[in-house]
Amino acid sequence: MFLLDQNEFFIDPARCIGCQACVQACSECDTHKGHAMIHLEYVDRGQSTQTVPVVCMHCESPTCAEVCPADAIKKTEDGVVQSARKPRCVACNNCVLACPFGVPKMITDFELMMKCDLCYDRTSAGKKPMCATVCPSGALFYGPRPEIDQLRPRSKPMNQFQFGRQTITTKVHMMAPTGPVKAQYLDVTEVMNENGPRQRIALDILSNLYASEDGV
Amino acid sequence: MASLPVKDLPIIELFGPHRNYSNGLRLESAVEPDKLVQTHCCFCGMQCGIQLKVKDNQVIGFEPWEEFPFNQGMLCPKGVKRYLQGAHPDRLLKAYQRDPAAPAGFRALPYDEAIQRVAQEIERIQSTYGPDSFAVFGGASLTTEKAYLLGKFARMGLKTCNIDYNGRLCMVSAAAANKKAFGIDRAANPWADILKAEVIWIAGANIAECFPILTNYLWQARENGAKIIVVDPRITPIARTCDLFLPIKPGRDIALFNGILHLMIEKDWLDHDFIDTHTVGFAALAEHVKEWTPRRCAEVTGITEAAIRKAAQWWGSAKSSFLMHARGIEHHTHGVQNCLGAINIVLASGRIGREGCGYATITGQGNGQGGREHGQKCDQLPGGRDIENPEHRAHVAKVWGITPEELPRAGVDVYEVFRRIDRGEVRGLLNICFNPLVSLPDSGFIKRMLERLQFFVTIDFFMSETARHADIVLPGSLHEEDEGIVASAEGRVIKINAAVDCPGDARQDWRIIQDIARALGREKGLTFANPREIFEELRRASAGGIADYSGITYEKIEKQMGVFWPCPSDDHPGTPRLFEAGSSNPIAKGKGRFYFPDGKARFNVAPYTPPAEDVDDEFPVILTTGRVVSQYLSGTQTRRIGPLVDQYPEPLIEIHPQLASRHGIKDGEWVRIEGRRGICTLRARIVTTIRPDTIFVPYHWGGGKSINQVTIAAQDPISKIPEYKVCAVRILNQYGPPANAQGLEPQQ
Ligand code: SF4
Ligand code: SF4
Ligand code: SF4
Repeated sequence: MFLLDQNEFFIDPARCIGCQACVQACSECDTHKGHAMIHLEYVDRGQSTQTVPVVCMHCESPTCAEVCPADAIKKTEDGVVQSARKPRCVACNNCVLACPFGVPKMITDFELMMKCDLCYDRTSAGKKPMCATVCPSGALFYGPRPEIDQLRPRSKPMNQFQFGRQTITTKVHMMAPTGPVKAQYLDVTEVMNENGPRQRIALDILSNLYASEDGV
Repeated sequence: MASLPVKDLPIIELFGPHRNYSNGLRLESAVEPDKLVQTHCCFCGMQCGIQLKVKDNQVIGFEPWEEFPFNQGMLCPKGVKRYLQGAHPDRLLKAYQRDPAAPAGFRALPYDEAIQRVAQEIERIQSTYGPDSFAVFGGASLTTEKAYLLGKFARMGLKTCNIDYNGRLCMVSAAAANKKAFGIDRAANPWADILKAEVIWIAGANIAECFPILTNYLWQARENGAKIIVVDPRITPIARTCDLFLPIKPGRDIALFNGILHLMIEKDWLDHDFIDTHTVGFAALAEHVKEWTPRRCAEVTGITEAAIRKAAQWWGSAKSSFLMHARGIEHHTHGVQNCLGAINIVLASGRIGREGCGYATITGQGNGQGGREHGQKCDQLPGGRDIENPEHRAHVAKVWGITPEELPRAGVDVYEVFRRIDRGEVRGLLNICFNPLVSLPDSGFIKRMLERLQFFVTIDFFMSETARHADIVLPGSLHEEDEGIVASAEGRVIKINAAVDCPGDARQDWRIIQDIARALGREKGLTFANPREIFEELRRASAGGIADYSGITYEKIEKQMGVFWPCPSDDHPGTPRLFEAGSSNPIAKGKGRFYFPDGKARFNVAPYTPPAEDVDDEFPVILTTGRVVSQYLSGTQTRRIGPLVDQYPEPLIEIHPQLASRHGIKDGEWVRIEGRRGICTLRARIVTTIRPDTIFVPYHWGGGKSINQVTIAAQDPISKIPEYKVCAVRILNQYGPPANAQGLEPQQ
């Protein structure tokens, strides 16, 4: 039950189509039946159909566990950060506020923090997590490293994130497009800056439908 | 008497749509199911493989079916939550009779009594007004066995020519164009060919929301180096990251295809060998597209010249490609011409009938492909045969044990049947798997026509908006309560397996149809004991036809995970890719790859015509309609599945901020859409992802929320598909909710 097999989890938001199959499937998993743990949000529906799925990143040093006053959040030996333990959790919300990825959810009915546990009942038994099995776009992928390397030549898995001065290394990977800039980590706060240097996303292309000669 | 027995509120209160959520066993963890049933999702033409978890004769959940090759476990939200349609509080467990004195307008009655009543009314109407005065409507979510049986029941049992089906609102434009150009109506390639294509052209297909699983094929093709071109008035989730987006003005697709062909000829991006050897009609077409210069093309389509040239260059110089389209170019009064335009640029490139060189329409309904092949269409007999062709009539008559003279002639499309009701030519109607009051355009007319019927019987598992008008409602079967085959959008024939029994008095639809035939004393040829027996006869009836299923068996389907038709003999593996070099077919008989006597494909001149109702000063905005990912068709099933309703509860009007600000409309406000036929008031969703001259509304809702109160019933002259994708409206800020928003839940 300890070492999960060779499979790893990869997220590629560029592929996401916002269908919410992941959200619907997450609530079908035995460890959290009826509650979807995944987060799926539009970045700004007014401007774009871009959506971003967020599962728990399963950090090497989980901030949620570090801030928990009741020592309720445990990482199992296989590197999976589990939901809070029922007898210990005091429903203080510290973890919800502290997680840099915004993952834990306070389930008020149970007075318990629950979060993505990588579908522990499934992955610990050699099955794929629900969301990464159903996702029709490949935005969520669970499989061996050589397979993703072979399937996705245009991007590269990364698992280091810079939040201001905090560097976080995670078990789950984000696919970053390969291109001229070879980043070693994803600087999250930089991207949050509206005029960030790498924000070259062309939005609102239809407003200039009649004016522009290059509709591309 | 097919008017509503009482106001619709009390009917809704008793029969729904109510939202079903997981509870009881379905919410418990670690329940060991009695069995896992391998079958397919019922909610679109992708036909994803899925395993249903069954416990105590109830589907309690699902388990991905990763071995099924097409979707490998992937599902969209509809597939994930499909199990919640079973054990639903709204499920019809008994037969019902219209009764204005009953609190909800309907009174339960014993099943046999209901069948007798139906038989008496059919008998009365047909003996008074003639056999054609009773019409039959089917649907493309039925298994192929049921569709076959329904056609046989109508023509042999009822002897009526008036049978047609809801595929009329779906794939008929593509079907007609495919027959004109290729002589066969099927996607030319399996989806796996997408992975090998260098350029992918997507015209009028919101892949992410309507055919979600194809997304992975597209993105994987791109990892392999493909460029993706999307033509759509909206930046759909696929268009968001495509390589070239052509924001076409709704209704102008043929102009774009003609313009692309013009450039292909000008730059000599043509496969001359292919054109000379395998096609006819190119010279006339080349002459026709001379006038479609990039400038003219840009003027008509609203796409810039630069973008048109780039698209032509990519398409023209590609070595492999896949062109796919869906309702976006098909739902038009010139839908067939649009599809022919698409086929023309495929044929001119010579890129068809090879690995990585493909063309397909993407059928939308669960059995959109199979449901149109075996005889529930007004002009068609099993095996894709033509009801007006004497040889075809003779073949089917022989299988059915009747004379060809006994077979009725061609009938008319569903909308025309409603016009026949208006003229008093049709007085009675049997309906299954179809919710025309929600799904047909200009629904005010449909409602009035239902009210004119002397007798209306519907077979359904839920009380749909249309069923509320019925005199008798017979409790039919859900997808998971019966077995049979369907053909997916890629032409793969697959098997639906029963997971649970029908509850209460409900029973399998084929039994109900046969029970009616027996009560009429017309059971000859309609005494099948199970779907397999129907299928065995269907195999014989289709033998030698274009849609030849004679070599397919349930066992072969299971062993091969589906069999692509045509499959003309027991030792034939099926035909995933059509038109391959050296392939033969029963029409060309070795003369060539295409399904014509000379074996050659046809180029067709496809002239441009504007939409039937173009915008003007009075109605200056284009209205276009479509789907959202969490709902299916008229929502009879998906508006009853709680989590799917919650995902997208009510229809929203997508409006560009420029258009919205001109009318002082803010995000989330009520907006009234006014057209020549009706009005519809919904909330605005202000987005820059739509053309500023166009608004979009999804069509899955009934009553006051139905956008089909506004859409136009103008139809394509060949395919008879309605023009859902363009009509003219104006929009007004409504300042407050409409009366119909009160007292109803979002899905109602
Ligand atoms: S299932 Fe996949 S594509 Fe759909 S919303 Fe979730 S991550 Fe995005
Ligand atoms: S891995 Fe499991 S628990 Fe985590 S988001 Fe996916 S489905 Fe939910
Ligand atoms: S609706 Fe279509 S894409 Fe979604 S799960 Fe069902 S068959 Fe697959």
